[in-house]
Amino acid sequence: MPKIVIDPITRIEGHLRIEAAVDGGRVSDAWSSSTMYRGIETILKGRDPRDAWLFTQRFCGVCTTVHAIASIRCVENALKIKVPPNAELIRNIIIGIQNVQDHVIHFYHLHALDWVDITSALKADPAKTAALTASISDWPLNSTTYFKGVQDKLKAFVGKERLGPFANAYWGHPAYKLPPEADLMATAHYLEALEWQKDIIRIHATLGSKNPHPQTFLVGGMALAIDPDSQSALNDDKLNEIRLLLRKAQAFVEQVYIPDLLAIASFYKDWAGYGGGVGNFMSYGEYPQDNSGKPEKLWMPPGVIVGKDLSKIYPVDHNKITEYVDRSWYDYSVGEGKGLHPWEGESNHNYTGPKPPYQFLDTERKYSWVKAPRYQDMPMEVGPLARMLVAYASGQKEVRQAVDGVLAKLGVGPEALFSTLGRTAARGIESLLIARQLPVWLDQLTANIAGGDLAIHNNERWDPATWPAEAQGYGWHEAPRGSLGHWIRIKDQKIHNYQAVVPSTWNASPRDAKGVRGPYEAALVGTPLAQPEKPLEILRTVHSFDPCLACAVHLLDAGGNEMVRVRVL
Amino acid sequence: MGKKNSGAQTRNLEDGPALCEILEQRGISRRDFMAFCTAMSAALALPATFAPRIAQALDQVARPTLVWLEFQDCAGNTEALLRASNPTVAELILDVLSIDYHETLMAAAGHQSEEVLAKVVKEQKGKYIAVVEGSIPLKDDGVYCCIGGKSAVDIAREVCGNALATVTVGSCAAFGGIPAASPNPTGAVGVSDAVPGATVINLPGCPLNPDNLTATVVHYLTFGKLPATDSLGRPLFAYGKRIHDACERRSHFDAGQYVEQWGDFAHRKGHCLYKMGCKGPETFNNCPTQRFNEKTSWPVGSGHGCVGCSEPLFWNTMTPFYRRLPNVPGFGIETTANKIGAGLAVATAAAFAAHGVISALRPGEDSQEERREETDAEDRNRPDNQD
Repeated sequence: MPKIVIDPITRIEGHLRIEAAVDGGRVSDAWSSSTMYRGIETILKGRDPRDAWLFTQRFCGVCTTVHAIASIRCVENALKIKVPPNAELIRNIIIGIQNVQDHVIHFYHLHALDWVDITSALKADPAKTAALTASISDWPLNSTTYFKGVQDKLKAFVGKERLGPFANAYWGHPAYKLPPEADLMATAHYLEALEWQKDIIRIHATLGSKNPHPQTFLVGGMALAIDPDSQSALNDDKLNEIRLLLRKAQAFVEQVYIPDLLAIASFYKDWAGYGGGVGNFMSYGEYPQDNSGKPEKLWMPPGVIVGKDLSKIYPVDHNKITEYVDRSWYDYSVGEGKGLHPWEGESNHNYTGPKPPYQFLDTERKYSWVKAPRYQDMPMEVGPLARMLVAYASGQKEVRQAVDGVLAKLGVGPEALFSTLGRTAARGIESLLIARQLPVWLDQLTANIAGGDLAIHNNERWDPATWPAEAQGYGWHEAPRGSLGHWIRIKDQKIHNYQAVVPSTWNASPRDAKGVRGPYEAALVGTPLAQPEKPLEILRTVHSFDPCLACAVHLLDAGGNEMVRVRVL
Repeated sequence: MGKKNSGAQTRNLEDGPALCEILEQRGISRRDFMAFCTAMSAALALPATFAPRIAQALDQVARPTLVWLEFQDCAGNTEALLRASNPTVAELILDVLSIDYHETLMAAAGHQSEEVLAKVVKEQKGKYIAVVEGSIPLKDDGVYCCIGGKSAVDIAREVCGNALATVTVGSCAAFGGIPAASPNPTGAVGVSDAVPGATVINLPGCPLNPDNLTATVVHYLTFGKLPATDSLGRPLFAYGKRIHDACERRSHFDAGQYVEQWGDFAHRKGHCLYKMGCKGPETFNNCPTQRFNEKTSWPVGSGHGCVGCSEPLFWNTMTPFYRRLPNVPGFGIETTANKIGAGLAVATAAAFAAHGVISALRPGEDSQEERREETDAEDRNRPDNQD
């Protein structure tokens, strides 16, 4: 059976390699491998737990902030610190706008070119593009003149025959189905989104000094002081600036992203039949509505779905999480065939793959730096689709309405959600819901400040002298790409052990001890390939997960002692 | 510099159109272009009178090729590039540079993307600019980072070794960064160590300020040579001054007004973060003046200390991040006006050191309580004319 290799998978964060077996014009089997390892958890050992977030934030610069959030939460959980309401609200705003911005970048800059043929946009009639967009949105920029201008710029670019980042792609591939007018629309908005994303993420700079890698988080709260009477603190000016940017974010999502998503999806409805994956979904829940730490106080609900059965939602129990290394480049002291809970986890890396340069990995044995996490021994898909399905099945009103609305517009049933198309649509739906919710949190923050509450940090346990000799805990976060958990063990004021199980570890997982495929691998089986030497269709499904591989690989060894069970948050 | 710089500053590199033509085709007015050039002269720490010279030089330049390699990275510098301020023109400048290879952004994938890179190295040997993001692991034959089945170190030697110049973006590519933090599990190093003899300009930071990348390229195109650097390969126009010396809170340092607790009066009023662990006194970068995200803010401006991210091995040397730097006033190398500030600070620091010892001797919760009361008392006693 011929095997094809895509390495590097571009338009993702990190280094991902897919090897796929092809039979009769379809993918018959697939192997997902990460080919980069840094060992950041090993580096964290012995350091100050209050510093950990700065290190872990560097797991990833695309989903920047997420590992900072999970890190401060796990330390706060271990030290039993409750953060002030203002800090919780500022965190919600930072997390929310990160999700919205990241989803838009993913759609236009990382995923769109799997569906949109930029070269075909040259053939479009700008007037027809304007008519098309007028029928789906009242975005003021959409006009014949505007699209003509974009097309002219594009022509000038292509005319030079130096396509820069657009060179040598799969242009003209038979799997591209959009009419030229829709290609032009998407190309114009690709450029517009590039401007938009850097603008709205200034919210992170206002609240946290810079993006990527805002420098503002603290164990116990946030570092941006609040004071309406100071120009060196969060004041009314800055709140207003954030308000305007949130408005801008919401307008773009409502009037550009969602209409584009629906228009493009309507030409690719067959992709509701591919890319289904493992059929199990998990969300830890996100956006605390108070500092009680209770799961029912999370705006986005937690839960587990098994076997695509939306009639049952199981609560998430972290004790059911284990990781296998039978097909990953690590050794366990307990031997092969066993999964270890993160608290007992080990990560003695032991590369047994081919010596570079190589052509193929030995996919019959170990083939990735990513471990295989399992929930109750089942692979789980995490991410926007998992979150939307869990919320949908939990009966969350806004999610129900939004999901049903999209399904009705596309004329498909709920089963269409379990697919490449469903995954891409769920990301859009989530962006819409969060963009609408963000101003609510900003209003709450403003009301607190107006009421005289300026607290941003809980100082009680800042001084390590106040800590117990040993402590342990974990912090959960729903990052743009899915469920993220950090586990920490603190001894004598230092990090004794640190471990992260991240979204792309779940999704990019290789096989486990029983040979069960991870979500990418399972989703790729059955994918049609019009031209196996140009595997555009593989990119569609892999990109629908929004891979982020630098995050996925950095597991570490543990002390081996069971930690006290602690509730999240 | 290991190699002679030549070539790309003149139009004979390739018979492409001049920049002004390209910009016009893309709807960028002459006025926007001049505004960009003025901003660039500021970033390069040149007087505004240099703007016409920059404009003239850029006008004459054809599109040199740029390839952007990612190794042990987090893509934070790529994201920083996407946030570049002065974007309309800056992005086009970079586009005008023809970014032929960039894993995170490029449309092509797999062997088709690798073909592009191989073609650049072969056909434009010694003429293209290589940008590197992420460290390079040397341990165990480089198995800790492979792309297309090739190790990062092999790729770097080929691509950087044949480039006109290599610009490292971020501290990982410059000095090894976080993967090289103790105990450096993968034997990670920066480009200069992985590819001895390559012409390397280092733009550290975590991430770097994208304005500094644009300015470096513009400097090269304008003056026909790479910018002058310090002993660590960092351009002096961006890394020539200490954060501490350009800090907007410096006057509070000199006046002995320090933040004692997150959220206290001094924190709210923007006083000095030295006692909260700020590493500005030992860090060279232009963050205070250049700022981030269209000049919106920077760490100290938003109330968190500098962590020293543009210094080599800062993950080892600047940690713990919240511990105050020892002997800051002892720099003693300050001259003229700085002497006065430094002298004051010595006394202040000595007083604080004594206070720190006394606090540490007190039992846990009580000491927190007492310190808070002390801080409140200090707050009440402060004059109101500080801001």
